[in-house]
Amino acid sequence: MEKKENFFKVKHLYNRAGFGIAYPELEHLSRKNLHKSIKELFSNAQKITDLSTVDASETRQQLLMQAGLNGKKDFSPEEKEQRQEIIRKISQKGRDLNIEWIQRMISTDAPLLEKMTLFWHGHFACRSGNPLFSQQLNNIQRKYALGSFKKLLIEVSKSPAMLQYLNNQQNRKNHPNENFARELMELFTIGRGNYTEQDIRESARAFTGWTYNKDGDFEFKPNIHDTGSKIFFGKTGNFDGEAIIDMILEKPATATFICRKLYTFFVSDTPNETHIQELSSCFYDQKYDISAVMKKMFEAEWFYGPENTGNKIKSPAELLVGLSREFFVTYNKPQVLIQLQSSLGQYLFNPPNVAGWPGGRSWIDSSSLMLRMKIPSLVLNDGLIDFNAKADPEEEALLAINRKPKIQKKSYINAEANWEKFLSTLPKNCSAADLTAFLLQPLPGNKIRNLIASSSDLKKTAIEITSTPEYQLC
Amino acid sequence: MKRRDFLKNSMLTAAGTFVVPAFIKPFEALALDELTLYKNLVVVQLSGGNDGLNTVIPFGNDIYYQKRKNIAIKPQELIKLDDMQGLNPNLSALKEIYDQGWMSIINDVGYPNPDRSHFRSMDIWQTASDANQFLSTGWIGRYLDSNCQSCKFPYTAIEVDDSLSLAMKGKTKKGIALKDPAALFRNTNEPFFKEMMNNDKEHLDEDNLGYLYKTMIETSSSASYIQNTSKIYQDNFVYPSTGFASQLKTVAKFISSGLKTRVYYVSLSGFDTHVDQTPQQGRLLKQYAEGINAFLKDLKQNNKLDDTLVLTFSEFGRRVEQNASNGTDHGTANNMFLFGGKLKKQGIYNPAPDLQDLEAGDLKYQVDFRQVYGTILDKWLDVNNAQILNQRFNTLDFI
Repeated sequence: MEKKENFFKVKHLYNRAGFGIAYPELEHLSRKNLHKSIKELFSNAQKITDLSTVDASETRQQLLMQAGLNGKKDFSPEEKEQRQEIIRKISQKGRDLNIEWIQRMISTDAPLLEKMTLFWHGHFACRSGNPLFSQQLNNIQRKYALGSFKKLLIEVSKSPAMLQYLNNQQNRKNHPNENFARELMELFTIGRGNYTEQDIRESARAFTGWTYNKDGDFEFKPNIHDTGSKIFFGKTGNFDGEAIIDMILEKPATATFICRKLYTFFVSDTPNETHIQELSSCFYDQKYDISAVMKKMFEAEWFYGPENTGNKIKSPAELLVGLSREFFVTYNKPQVLIQLQSSLGQYLFNPPNVAGWPGGRSWIDSSSLMLRMKIPSLVLNDGLIDFNAKADPEEEALLAINRKPKIQKKSYINAEANWEKFLSTLPKNCSAADLTAFLLQPLPGNKIRNLIASSSDLKKTAIEITSTPEYQLC
Repeated sequence: MKRRDFLKNSMLTAAGTFVVPAFIKPFEALALDELTLYKNLVVVQLSGGNDGLNTVIPFGNDIYYQKRKNIAIKPQELIKLDDMQGLNPNLSALKEIYDQGWMSIINDVGYPNPDRSHFRSMDIWQTASDANQFLSTGWIGRYLDSNCQSCKFPYTAIEVDDSLSLAMKGKTKKGIALKDPAALFRNTNEPFFKEMMNNDKEHLDEDNLGYLYKTMIETSSSASYIQNTSKIYQDNFVYPSTGFASQLKTVAKFISSGLKTRVYYVSLSGFDTHVDQTPQQGRLLKQYAEGINAFLKDLKQNNKLDDTLVLTFSEFGRRVEQNASNGTDHGTANNMFLFGGKLKKQGIYNPAPDLQDLEAGDLKYQVDFRQVYGTILDKWLDVNNAQILNQRFNTLDFI
């Protein structure tokens, strides 16, 4: 009984803290104390490897060339070609970066680290046309994913991607731009209702002079920084950006805001204020140590309660990564991973806005649900793709240049599941019911039981089970 | 699946947990006038930020020619509408539409503190939010959520595409995306999915699993309804062979076959013309105008034009002055087009943009786009716009 219960708990833990778990590992950890599984997740998360697809000097050179061409009045045919080539290359780099990350999530030995990075990717949501900036920000989010929230916040605030996205390059003494200051409080730290419009105006002045230079490094420019006295949260002083961040973190409401977001991402769409308060006091007392609050969450009894298991709608990233990990899928044409993200509504590095992906039931509409239920047979059985993602608004310029109407060819997904490996990880005499209990987090109802009752082929069962509405939950 | 089976299955799946949904009321039982009075809205999105000043050209204003030395459309080339404005020659297919009184142009539509990012501004237009507000539901989605008399069906809003735009997503209800009704019908009728949906009572709870099953069942019954209703309709009107026109053809088929859908959504991409704008924009405008021309005439032939209102928007206009690459950069206010057989104010609705009184080189808006939405919600879709737009917007007089 103990083992069976543990089996369920460890599976839940790895679904939420990572992207699922392979059978032998699950079997192994089920025999141990649950704390050991939690400890292992954290110790595996200690080795941090940056994404590195985008080469800094190459990208800088391309952007420099592009800027040079943009200043010209008339283009020779060669220059036109050259310009298009640069745009194509930069945009391809952006896609390569996306693929590197999703492949990393699929193959990583540090699932908690990547899951936390995914959380911060949505929390500090940002788009950048510069793949180098996107990569820098993603690496910051990974470096501090389980570290100090204060450091994370400061590094994100100083990243060229965010400075550009929230217009801090235009925030100067006597001409403040409030965009960054507003989102800092509304979305990144304390939330609505905890500050005034005056707090936004005054703190915007404190962030004047936070810029990046042409090499893509943070640079504080004293000559455009407003050194005048500011009134923030009722206090008066010559505050700079870091002082403002300190004052925001002094408010326990900031810890609560972050913990509510962690709770809805890792635990449940329905916030339980008592549980959130527990996390929030821990986070605040531990000086915003992210590891501490995450350990607290995974060790809480309520984390494994029936109301919090098997009822969360997987995000598209969780669904794709989970399925690919589970069946050891190789994508011969990794570009398809972008098409899938986009069609499912979570194109990584391209959040809908600075508020990130709303999550929960907003992932699901008639078309995305039908596609989700079709994906397992596509990926596991190399099916024909018969859907197209919408053009990303940021790619309209590319569309405009490309005069030929896009011919949309049908193509195969060109992925291979390693069935041999998958089946070999299952225990001997594994029944369809055993396999179902492994693949699904929600308890199977009559429908699922009927479905598998007649099944003798494990491969067929696996495809069917992963094609159910139940598989959309974790 | 036969119609009778579909009705029977819907009954079964709906029994118990839900009230029998209204969509199973047989098509045949609807009074004829109930069908003909069914008003539709068709939203046409031009993605990328269409240059409104080279679409409806203010040829009567010298500033236009001064600021756009290389890309201005010459007075002798354009289609004059009045002494001030004329249509881009690539919109020639709209001339007869305009002359019929089926077209209305609203100049200078925008919103306060405009955003120049494609993504953000599109977000603002689709969610009808303020510039500094982030909403996760779209304006049509919230119309569906309002549960009004005319929006109770799961197929009340259809987007002719493979995926659904934010505009069509509400909190509890969402539109349906489909490119081809037959394909969706086939997908939902695959034996495995049919089995998953069959005779299901155990999963229709309020939790997430219940929500997934409910969405699946509604998709399936909508797919059947759409396919069975529209397949009996013979579409013989000839459309241009472009992707955009074929989207409109699908919409016309749905409208003419009497589908009880109130909002349709289609889009045309590629308007981000920073470099060498004239041929690119011209090609797209031609596709647009020829598609709209065929669509409206098709509807007219089927006596549906009076029940249809077409709205065209783009996420922003372009800057008044051209850039150094014979293109235009992201700007602010833009024109919107309305088409239909029952326009109250036909032709040019309000004065042409003032090219003298600019804000840092950009047009100032005269009309908030939410006034346009608000007018449509109030006067065409019969809901109070304050309920959908979160504040009351004054209505206009185009319908």
